[in-house]
Amino acid sequence: MRLNRSAMITIAVALALFASLAVVVTAAEKNDRTMSEVPVPAIPQGQGERCVEDTDFMRRNHMTLLMHQRDDTMLQGIRTKQYSLKECVNCHAVQGKDESAVSVSDPKHFCRACHDYAAVKIDCFECHSSRPEIDAASPHDGLIAEMLKE
Amino acid sequence: MNRKADKPATAMPFDPGRRSFLAGTAATAGVALAPGIFLYSVGASRSAEARALDEAASSEVRWGMLIDVNRCDSGCNDCVSACVTENGLQGHGRPATDPQWIRKIDLRDPNTGREQSLPVMCQHCDEPPCVDVCPTGASFKRADGIVLVNKHTCIGCRYCISACPYKARSFVHETLEDQKSYAPRGKGTVESCTLCVHRIDDDRQPACVEACSDTGGGAMLFGDLNNPDSEIARRVAQYASQQIRADLGLNPAVRYRNL
Repeated sequence: MRLNRSAMITIAVALALFASLAVVVTAAEKNDRTMSEVPVPAIPQGQGERCVEDTDFMRRNHMTLLMHQRDDTMLQGIRTKQYSLKECVNCHAVQGKDESAVSVSDPKHFCRACHDYAAVKIDCFECHSSRPEIDAASPHDGLIAEMLKE
Repeated sequence: MNRKADKPATAMPFDPGRRSFLAGTAATAGVALAPGIFLYSVGASRSAEARALDEAASSEVRWGMLIDVNRCDSGCNDCVSACVTENGLQGHGRPATDPQWIRKIDLRDPNTGREQSLPVMCQHCDEPPCVDVCPTGASFKRADGIVLVNKHTCIGCRYCISACPYKARSFVHETLEDQKSYAPRGKGTVESCTLCVHRIDDDRQPACVEACSDTGGGAMLFGDLNNPDSEIARRVAQYASQQIRADLGLNPAVRYRNL
């Protein structure tokens, strides 16, 4: 009887272990199928084929590129477009309900999608425009064009 | 390059041949040192072509303005409104603290009753007091003479506002939205006329100058004071012009005629 009882206990433990393993495996399969149950940021697609650098590189280093460009532009007047914040904003604009690009006050804004998730505050848009430039040209440019026509 | 040979070797007070020879040699050396970068340092070609996007502002250039006060009408405000439109300087109906990068000043001589009107903005001094007093180095003079505020490092202490003898600077008191993409500005920083640096880097004229020639009296002339062939350099060489508070020895880049 004693032997039988210990054998039964062993079998019961083995069964319990197997059952729990089965549950874990099912959960893992479920994760693979329907994405994670952990929330992930919904990152809007930019325009064009690819970003100015690989996505992995940009995820880790975009702030460094922007900081470098910021000093070059501010202090020296170097206005290359590759790493300019303006071009980021232009390319990664997200259309809102009224078909115009959303500003950073909207959670759907490209930068906010990740920064909200990572709880990292962005200072850029306290001064910089978070929407693509609509009419960068001065209203007086039109006048000059008219004058040239005449 | 052989102009020197045509000239007599005797000492002259000024030898233009030698000067252009030296300028040409310097430019050639510059190109050899940095291939792919073109130097606009010789004569008329300096400001005739735009600076490349990846090229830093050069100290060969000194941007300046010449304002003919006789052609400035006291009722005309076109330069001010062009500045407001260009840089997105929306006010809050509070004249004491609203941003003001350029303003019209009316003068009256009490002895004769003669009245004059002139625009006053940042005078883009050669020796800017705002740069001297800035504790963070945010207020700085770019190589081409444009005095700017680096808002990334400005802490909003406003020493520069106190130091400026021209009252050219403003402080942003309110949270801003929808700034112009080319004219970033935000709460807690000091700002002033940038000489429309985004336009200058794009080989265009400042908005006020353009508005003045389009719809105003054509009183404002913008150009490179260092380039002897530029219109502004020719005019300041030919006609009497003056700087406001020249006694301070700041050597502003904005000069006035008939003041």
